[in-house]
Amino acid sequence: MDLHQLWTILSTPDNVPIVLLLIVVPFYTWYGMRQAFANDRLIAQLESDPAMAKTHHRKVQPFKAGWAREVHVWPFLLRIEFLAAIIVTVILMVWSITLNAPLEEPSNPTLTMNPSKAPWYFLGLQEMLVYFDPWMAGVVMPSLIIIGLMVIPYIDTNPLGNGYYTYKQRKFSILTFIFGFIVLWVSMIVIGTLIRGPGWMWFWPGTTWDHNRLIFEVNRDLPDIFGITSRVPKIIFGAVVVGLYCVAAAIGMHKLITKTAFNRKIYARMSVLQYVVMQTFLVVMLALPVKIMARLLFRIKYIWVTPWFNI
Amino acid sequence: MAETNGHNGNPAPGTPPAGNGNGHGGGPVAKVLAGAKAVQARATEEIKETIKAPEKTDVWKSVLRVKHDETPRSRALGVLSNVFLHLHPAKINRDAVAYNYTWGMGGMTFYVYITLVFTGTLLMFYYHPSKVVAFRDILYLESDVPFGKLLRNMHRWGAHLMVIMVELHMFRVFLTGSYKKPREFNWVVGVLLLVLTLLLSFTGYLLPDDQLGFWAVTVGTNMARATPLLGHAGPFGPQLGMTPFNDVRFGLLGGSIVDSNALLRAYIWHCVAIPILASAFMVVHFWRVRKDGGISGPAPMMLESEIKDVKKL
Repeated sequence: MDLHQLWTILSTPDNVPIVLLLIVVPFYTWYGMRQAFANDRLIAQLESDPAMAKTHHRKVQPFKAGWAREVHVWPFLLRIEFLAAIIVTVILMVWSITLNAPLEEPSNPTLTMNPSKAPWYFLGLQEMLVYFDPWMAGVVMPSLIIIGLMVIPYIDTNPLGNGYYTYKQRKFSILTFIFGFIVLWVSMIVIGTLIRGPGWMWFWPGTTWDHNRLIFEVNRDLPDIFGITSRVPKIIFGAVVVGLYCVAAAIGMHKLITKTAFNRKIYARMSVLQYVVMQTFLVVMLALPVKIMARLLFRIKYIWVTPWFNI
Repeated sequence: MAETNGHNGNPAPGTPPAGNGNGHGGGPVAKVLAGAKAVQARATEEIKETIKAPEKTDVWKSVLRVKHDETPRSRALGVLSNVFLHLHPAKINRDAVAYNYTWGMGGMTFYVYITLVFTGTLLMFYYHPSKVVAFRDILYLESDVPFGKLLRNMHRWGAHLMVIMVELHMFRVFLTGSYKKPREFNWVVGVLLLVLTLLLSFTGYLLPDDQLGFWAVTVGTNMARATPLLGHAGPFGPQLGMTPFNDVRFGLLGGSIVDSNALLRAYIWHCVAIPILASAFMVVHFWRVRKDGGISGPAPMMLESEIKDVKKL
């Protein structure tokens, strides 16, 4: 156990945000889900008791007849905003006084840093470079993430859970977002920051970063495993496999989308375009863990090899 | 209250002369002295009045325009008639002011952005975006400029904090379903703001011109050469005539390597172009929050049995 190495990684100034992320993301996930479950309990109560549903104010927050539903912004909101501004300022000041921003040697194109890392918020994408070519990890995926986030309001046809925390009424969308945000985005950032060492090799926390370490891995392309050697059959084989994946993933996703009676109700509200867009993004999103698994379990480098691009 | 108009050092008509008895039968000097004393007395009176009730002066009224007392009307006007506060409504959902619903992330992000604009502007006084002096400027800033180190640290950590807060804000908005009708478009604006935040941080990374920034930006922009169709190493790029000297990466860096042009471009994107874009989108974002009916909740919960059928074509 090399605690010094661990401390070096954790205390690198630019890694401090990731340490912060490790604390605030679980905290706020718990904080949000706790309110969601509290609301769900009230929803269950209201559903089983129609008389109560007619008269209840439908929030877990207390409310009594005669109370105003709205309060004045001044002072009730502005004082909180003022307090928040002061607290943020104090935090930022203390952080800035106690910890110096990193400054390395002057830039030198002839001296490559090892490991050479992108800013922390892009480390998820850099981690994807292990599994995908740069045009996928660096260009296509970020674009799809941005567009995928933008289309969320237009493909989510579930009218429930608008303006309150709930899990029960939005299981599918909440689990999908948590999968995308926490599993695919935040945890990849954490891996890229804390675990990837020299040569972008995997070093478990506490092991020493050995700059001379060599890993002998033979990654093979899927067509080679099947003994396909010439170019055109490789292209066709890859296209078939990728096509099969898309079909299988789409069928699996469809099963998931229409699993429960409630889900089927929401599904019935979707237009064809909404459904196709949603399927496209779900299938692409699922391709990430699938490719990672294919690499880690079967040492597969590419699935689809062509002279122009490889997937 | 003392009469304040049209006096020439003489007591205004109707005002009893101050210092009774001194003006009797004196010469011109005594008269002037008596007059001066009266003016002094009145000035003292006026100053006392002003200090006691500054809100009654014309200057005060001209600045604040409305009365600020404890009436509900005044509280509402205090928010609505203030240019910095008028994006707020006069009243707000009683449960929305609790921290647990919004986590305060959107507002705090905006506050950190203001802090960054402020510290960033101060940093611009000490920084030249040129390969020759950029790194030396940072050394100078850290060792010779008063509070220079604190300034740079605040800008750096504020930037990291802003990225974290933007992501958490998005997480909260998703968990509360606040992107649903009628706020769909504001979510799209929010995603654009997230992208702009990341780009702001990324372009700033290169500016100290040290190894960290140089290699981070090298790694980042090397991706651009793999852009499909538009990069010289991307799918179908070479077939479309892309070379290292005309592809999208060349356009980003102003050259085929990360060098002085890249530094200047990063500087201009970081200090001028993206802040303007981000500010514009922020204006739209906040405006839409109000126009879409204020913040989304905590709203009364809807039950499954209350879902209305959509009109099918």
